[in-house]
Order: sequence, then structure tokens, then C-alpha cells
Amino acid sequence: MAKKLNIAVTGLNAIDSPGPGIPVIRALKDSKEFDVRIIGLSYETLEPGIYMHDLVDKTYQIPLPSGGQDILLQRLAYINEQEDIDVLIPNFDAELFSFIKLEDYLKKSMGIHMCLPTIDQYEQRHKVNLNEFGDKHGIKVPKSKMIFSTAEISGLMDEFSYPMVIKGKFYEAAVAYNYEQAATHFNKISAKWGLPIIVQEFVYGTEVNVTAIGDGKGTTIGAVPMRKLYITDKGKAWAGITLDDQNLMDLTTNMIGSSKWRGGLELEFMKTKDDEYYLMEINPRFPAWVYLAVGAGQNHPEALVKMALGEEVTPFKDYEVGKLFIRYAYDMIVDLKEFEQISTLGEL
Amino acid sequence: MRIKKNIAISESGFIFNPAVGDSYSTNPIGTEIIKMLKESKSVAEINSYILNTYQVEASSFEKDLYDFVKMLEKYKLTETNGQEA
Repeated sequence: MAKKLNIAVTGLNAIDSPGPGIPVIRALKDSKEFDVRIIGLSYETLEPGIYMHDLVDKTYQIPLPSGGQDILLQRLAYINEQEDIDVLIPNFDAELFSFIKLEDYLKKSMGIHMCLPTIDQYEQRHKVNLNEFGDKHGIKVPKSKMIFSTAEISGLMDEFSYPMVIKGKFYEAAVAYNYEQAATHFNKISAKWGLPIIVQEFVYGTEVNVTAIGDGKGTTIGAVPMRKLYITDKGKAWAGITLDDQNLMDLTTNMIGSSKWRGGLELEFMKTKDDEYYLMEINPRFPAWVYLAVGAGQNHPEALVKMALGEEVTPFKDYEVGKLFIRYAYDMIVDLKEFEQISTLGEL
Repeated sequence: MRIKKNIAISESGFIFNPAVGDSYSTNPIGTEIIKMLKESKSVAEINSYILNTYQVEASSFEKDLYDFVKMLEKYKLTETNGQEA
């Protein structure tokens, strides 16, 4: 008989640059071991997941990460009183810091379980520390540097040449082919995500990504590599296919082994024409395409829930190669009453 | 030279390279040639088989076969003694 669980999930923004919440929920709904009631945690009133009642049973607004941990804790205490949450899965980079800090407290005082990377792992894989991370774990990383003003761009010409990549602290990146473009991207991205901005060497190649999960002791519980087949103007995969790439799998298991990564993650690599792999980014949570792993035979979110509850998880051995995902857009029709309820009461 | 072991070819001529996720489609003759390469038949053997089986001009087919094999190499679908051709 399936175990009944109340699972809270963030990242309900199933938009053109989607959060991983909805695919994580679909994965949990597919589980044969769990019978889940999904509690959505939203930041904006127009996150589509709020209105997807076949997937999300109840949604509560939570304060933005910029509000601090105290206000988040108060809100979670209220939500937990109503819903008795067993497991919480945060899916945004920007909120992870607060949840990692609160992990022990939430478990002890409210019985809410999570499976997150440690604060050190979270910091080490940060874009601004990625070169150091690559050196430590023997992975090639494109040369990168933090800058705090456009005045620093000209001074980078000894170390960098155009094109170069201008990246935000949390999200967004753009390729610059000259100083003017670099300065424009700097201003645009820093206005949205703050400073610093990361300037990165441009590596030509094919983008290949891995969604994976580590047990925190060095074992890779699961890993599925994917190549983006269709990329949106925001650089997001709109379609992708699972690969049989042993080099990529070795890089992933080595990295998880040496860093003892705990929880879900996404590794983004650029594969050059000489078959060299450059680590572009590590996202400390599942990607929005994680449901492809489920389709290929590895239910990573289900494994994450088991790990959060302290259950033994047997590592996945294989997955189906050549499985595709193709994303689509879908217009929901929503009554104003529902929009009004989430806007005014903060729950739906 | 032969087609890499991991390359999947369907009856309809759909070719999938699972290492990189690329896919291609070819016509029935292309499918037949790829299958023969997969069975480690040499290009010369394939050439004579096709010339004996189908009505085709030798000089024209030889050139087409050469181009086709070069294209397979370019797409990294072939190997020679386990090494990429």
C-alpha cells in the first residue's frame, strides 16, 4: 500500500523559463510507493502551478527570499499547522540558502524533512566559485572572473577576448561580441539579479546537461544525461534527448563522489568538437527537465523524498537512451475568484 | 572501417547516435549500405554487391558511395578498429 505523504514544493512557475516544481510534482504523482498530497508554495500570484488543481492540492504564498529567514519561518509554521508537511522540496536557487539554514530547525521543531546540499556545497558550486570547484574536483571550467562595474570590462582584455559570456549571480547569461554589448548585458542582468556579474570565457560546443542525485556520502543515486535539441531565446531546453555518454556519467559520478553532494543537482557542460567537457554551471536542485529522467526510468524526486525521510535508497543502475522530452505551452482558463483568493488570502 | 556499435538504425532508415543525440534519415539504399558497414563489410565489397544487385552505372555509384562514406565519417558514425574513423 502506498504511503501517504504531504509534500510541499516550490517552483510552480511553469512558464517559458520554467521552475522545476511542476515536473517534480508529476514525478511524485507517478510514484507507486507514495500517495502524495501536494502543497504548492508560491511567490507570485500568476505562477501557473497554483491553478493546476490536478497536480497541486493546495497552494500557499510564501515571502520572497529577500524577506529573510524569520518571516519565512513564521509562514511555514502557519502552513505546517494546516497541512502537517512531511517533506519540503525547494526548487529555486535563490531560496536554497534560507532553506539550508533552516533544515535542522524545520525537522526538529516541525517535522518537515528536506534533502539539501550542505551550505559549503551550495557555496562552493556557486558561479563565482566555479573555477575553484573545478580545480578541486578535477573538472575543466571556462575561465571566469567576478566584476562589479562596467569600468572593469576594459581591464579584462589581458585575460579574456570576445566573445565572452556575461552571467548573472543566480540566473541569466548573454554572449557579448564587443564592449558595448558586454556593458549592455552587464547593466541589464545586474539590474535584475544584483552584483557581482560573472564574466566567463566563451566555449564553443554542444550543450549537454545531467540531472543527478547524490546521497551525501559520495554515492550517485541516479544520473541521466541529456542534450538540448531545441533551445529557447532564454537558453532553456524546449526539447531534449537522453544520451549514452560514459564520459559525462564518469564526470558526474566523480564530482558527486569527491564533493559528497547531497540532494538533487543539475550539471551543465559544454562539449567541444574535440570531445572535451567544460563545466559551465552546477545548479543545486533538480532542473525543469527532471521529468525526462522519470520517463527514462529514474524517478529522482521520489528518491529524494526517500532520502529526506531517512530511508535507504538503492542507486539506479540504468536508464533508457534516446528518450525525448518536448515541452509545450497550454492555456488554462481560470476563474477570477481563484485569482482573487490567492491574491487576497495568500492561499488557494 | 565500420559503423560504431552503439549506432541504432531502424528499418525505415532512421539513424540515431546515442552518444550525442543526433539523428538522421537515409533512403533504402543508404540503410542497406549502413547495415553492410555494420557487418564489417568493406567499401569494395559493398560496391560490388550494389553493382551486382541493382542496375546502376559503376562510375556514378562509386562516387556516390565515396561521398556517402565520407559523410558518415564526418558525422562520427564510423570507427576503424575501435577508433573513430
